[in-house]
Amino acid sequence: MGLTADSTGLRAVDRGLILEKQSPRDRIIALAGNPNVGKSTVFNQLTGLHQHTGNWPGKTVANVQGRHTYRGRDYILVDIPGTYSLMAHSAEEEVARNFVCFGKPDGVVVVCDATCLERNLNLVLQILEVTHRVVVCVNLMDEAKKKKIQLDLPLLEKRLGVPVVGVTARSRRGMEELMERVEEVSTPRYLATPCQVAYPAAIEAAVARIQPVVAPLLEGKTDSRWAALRLLEGEKSLLRELDQALPQPVSKDPVVKQAVASSCEVLAKEGIGQQELPDRIVGSLVETAEELCQGVVTRQESRAAALDRKLDLLFTSRKTGIPIMLLLLAGILWLTITGANYPSQLLSDFLFSFQDHLTALFVSLGAPDWLHGLVVLGMYRVLAWVVSVMLPPMAIFFPLFTLLEDFGYLPRVAFNLDRCFQRACACGKQSLTMCMGFGCNAAGVVGCRIIDSPRERLIAILTNSFVPCNGRFPTLITLITIFFTAGLTQPAGSLVSTLMLTGVIVLGVGVTFGVSKLLSHTLLKGVPSSFALELPPYRRPQVGRVIVRSVFDRTLYVLGRAVVIAAPAGMVIWLMANLSVGGESLLTLCSGFLDPLGRVMGLDGVILLAFILGFPANEIVIPIMVMTYLSAGTLNQTENLSQLHQLLTAQGWTWLTALNTILFSLMHWPCSTTCLTIYKETKSVKWTLLAIGIPTAIGMTTCIGTTLIARIFGLA
Amino acid sequence: MKHMLALSELTEGQKGKVFQNNGVGGMRRRLQDIGLIPGTEVKRLQASPLGDPCAYQIRGAVIALRQQDACRILVETL
Repeated sequence: MGLTADSTGLRAVDRGLILEKQSPRDRIIALAGNPNVGKSTVFNQLTGLHQHTGNWPGKTVANVQGRHTYRGRDYILVDIPGTYSLMAHSAEEEVARNFVCFGKPDGVVVVCDATCLERNLNLVLQILEVTHRVVVCVNLMDEAKKKKIQLDLPLLEKRLGVPVVGVTARSRRGMEELMERVEEVSTPRYLATPCQVAYPAAIEAAVARIQPVVAPLLEGKTDSRWAALRLLEGEKSLLRELDQALPQPVSKDPVVKQAVASSCEVLAKEGIGQQELPDRIVGSLVETAEELCQGVVTRQESRAAALDRKLDLLFTSRKTGIPIMLLLLAGILWLTITGANYPSQLLSDFLFSFQDHLTALFVSLGAPDWLHGLVVLGMYRVLAWVVSVMLPPMAIFFPLFTLLEDFGYLPRVAFNLDRCFQRACACGKQSLTMCMGFGCNAAGVVGCRIIDSPRERLIAILTNSFVPCNGRFPTLITLITIFFTAGLTQPAGSLVSTLMLTGVIVLGVGVTFGVSKLLSHTLLKGVPSSFALELPPYRRPQVGRVIVRSVFDRTLYVLGRAVVIAAPAGMVIWLMANLSVGGESLLTLCSGFLDPLGRVMGLDGVILLAFILGFPANEIVIPIMVMTYLSAGTLNQTENLSQLHQLLTAQGWTWLTALNTILFSLMHWPCSTTCLTIYKETKSVKWTLLAIGIPTAIGMTTCIGTTLIARIFGLA
Repeated sequence: MKHMLALSELTEGQKGKVFQNNGVGGMRRRLQDIGLIPGTEVKRLQASPLGDPCAYQIRGAVIALRQQDACRILVETL
C-alpha cells in the first residue's frame, strides 16, 4: 500500500532485530518467500501493522516484527526480505537467510505465489532442509483463478509432507486456516518428515560421509544434512554465520575439515568440482520442484497473461515506453498541483484564523508577551505553515503514486531506464530506490539494499537525495506556482507549473545519471555488474482502499512531522529572532554572515540560513524563511499563502532567486534523518560526508552558474 | 533445424532451450535460482525502449536481463 508512516523517516532506519518474548509461551514465526509474493500483505493482515506493500520486488529490506494473538497465545511474526534462495547474493537476502537459518524461529511460513508455484518451491525445498516446522502458504489464489491456473493443494501437501494452505491475503481469505496450521507446526512436539531433495548419488555419498562427523558438534541446533551440504559448498559468508551460531566453529574443526576435504576430492574425481557442485545442487532443487508440481498445477490458456504482455508492449516498447512514462509523471504532478491549490488555501485560512483566537486566549489569560511569542508566533505559526503547505500536495501525490506502485508499474520504470544506469556503470534497480526517495530519502537509502553489488549500492545511496522527497516537493510546488505561473489564467497556469515541476524532477534524474557515472569513473571505479529484474504480473490496485489508507497515512505522517520537528524549530527560530547580541538579533547576525555567499549563489543569507536550519527536516525551510523575513519587520502579517509572494518580493526576491531556491532545494545536503541512515547503511563517516558534499557542491555550482549567466545576459 | 545461439541473440517471440549457463559468480547462481538450468525453455519478449535490457519469459515469470548477462547463456533454438 505504498510507503507508509511506518516505513519512512526515522522508522526507515533499521535498528536491527531484537525479538522480545513477553511470555515464554510466545512463539516466533518467520514469514519467508520469494520477492513480491505478498509476504508483507500477509504480515499486515495478521498483525494489523502497515508495512510498505506494493507490486514490485524488494520493498522489504529489513526484518520487521509484529504480533498476532491466536487462541490465547501470542505469535511474534517476523516479515523478512524476499529471496529466491537461501544462497544469499545481496545484503537484504543475507538478512533473510540468517534469520531462517540461525534466528531459531519456532516456525517458518513460506509464502508462495500461486501463479508461479514451481519456482517458489525451490525456496520451500531449501527451507525444508533447515527445519521441518514449515507451513507453505500459497498466496494470490485469486490471481491464479483469474489466470485459469488450477492448483491441487492437498496433493502438494501430501507430497511435501508439511501443511499447505491456500490464501488470498488481500481479502483476508484463508488467514484463519493459516494460523491454525502455524499453531500446529510450532507446537514443540510437532513431528513431520518432509520431502527431501535427492541429489546425485556422488553428492549423497559425500553428505553421508560428513553428516556423522558434523552431527555431534551441532548439538541439535542445526540440521546435520543441511550443514553437511553447506560445508561441501564452502560458501564463506554462510559458514561464518554457521560458526557463530554454534558453541564452537564447526567449519574450523580439524576432523570436519579433513572429512570435507577428502569428500571434495572424491567428488572432484567423479567430475563434480567446486564449480559444478552448486550447479548440481540447484539443478536437483529445480528438478524436484518440477516433479512436485506435476499434477498439482494445471494451466489453461488465459487472456490475463496475454493482457499483461500487451500492457508491457505499451509501457516498455521503444516508441511508447518513455513518452508514456513522462506523461504519467506529468499527469500525477498536474493532478497534485491543481488539486492541492484549493485545500491549501482553505487550510491556511483556517489555521491562521485560529491563530487570532489563540492570541486572544493568551491575552485573556494574561500570559506574558514572551510566552505568547514562543508558543503562538513561534511554534504554532510554523506548524500552521508546514501543515497548510505540505499536507495537500502530499495527500494527493501519494495515493496516485501508490496506485501505480500497486499496479506494478515501478519495475517497468526500472526496465525502461536501465540502459542509462548501465552507461553510468550502475544498477537499474537504482530507479526503484529513487522512486522510494520521492516518499522519503531515508527510506530510499535503506531500499538500496536490493542492489547486489556493494559498489553500485553505494552509488545509489550517494545519489538518492537528488530525488525531491516528501519534504521538498511542496516547497518546489509553492515556489513554482507563486513566482512563475501566478499571473497565468487556468488551466494554462497549472500546465506550465506541471511542465516546470516535471522539468525539475527530470533534471534531478539527469544529475543522478551524471553523478553516478562520475563516481563510477573516479571514487567507485568498476564495470556494471549483472542485473536480473523480475517484471511481475500487473495487478488491479484496490483503488478505494489505497486512497483512503494513503491519504490517512500521509496526513498522519505530515502532522507527526509538524509536531515533532516543525513546532520545536518554530520555537528555536522565535528565540533566535528575539535574543539579541550587541543590539542585533541572532537571526539577523547569522543571516548577515551568510549573506555574501548567498548573494553569489543568487540567493540571500536568509535563504541559506533557512536551508541550514532546515537540516532536521526539509519541510521547515519555507516557514523558516518566512519567519525570518517577518522578524526583520518589513511586513508583520503574512497569514495567507497568497501574501507569500508579496512578502518575498518585498525582500528583493526575483524570478532568479526563486529559480535558485528551487535548484538548491533539489540539490543540497540530505536531511538529518537521511544522513543518519546513510551512516547506518555504509558504516562510514567518509561516505556520509561525501553524500552531503556531492549534492551541496553541485547545488552551489549550479546556483552560481545560473546567477552568472542571468547577470551576464542582463536577465535579472 | 536446431542450432546454438546466445540467449541474447534470440529474436522477439523466439523460443529456446537452455543448453549451458556460462554466467559467472552471483549471476550464475541467481539465474539458476529462478529456474534457468539446462533444459529450461525460454522465450524472448520485448526489448526496453533503449534496446537493452530485454525481457525473457522463464518458467512463467518475466525477467529482464542485460545483454552482457544474456550473452553468457547458450540456448538451442526450438
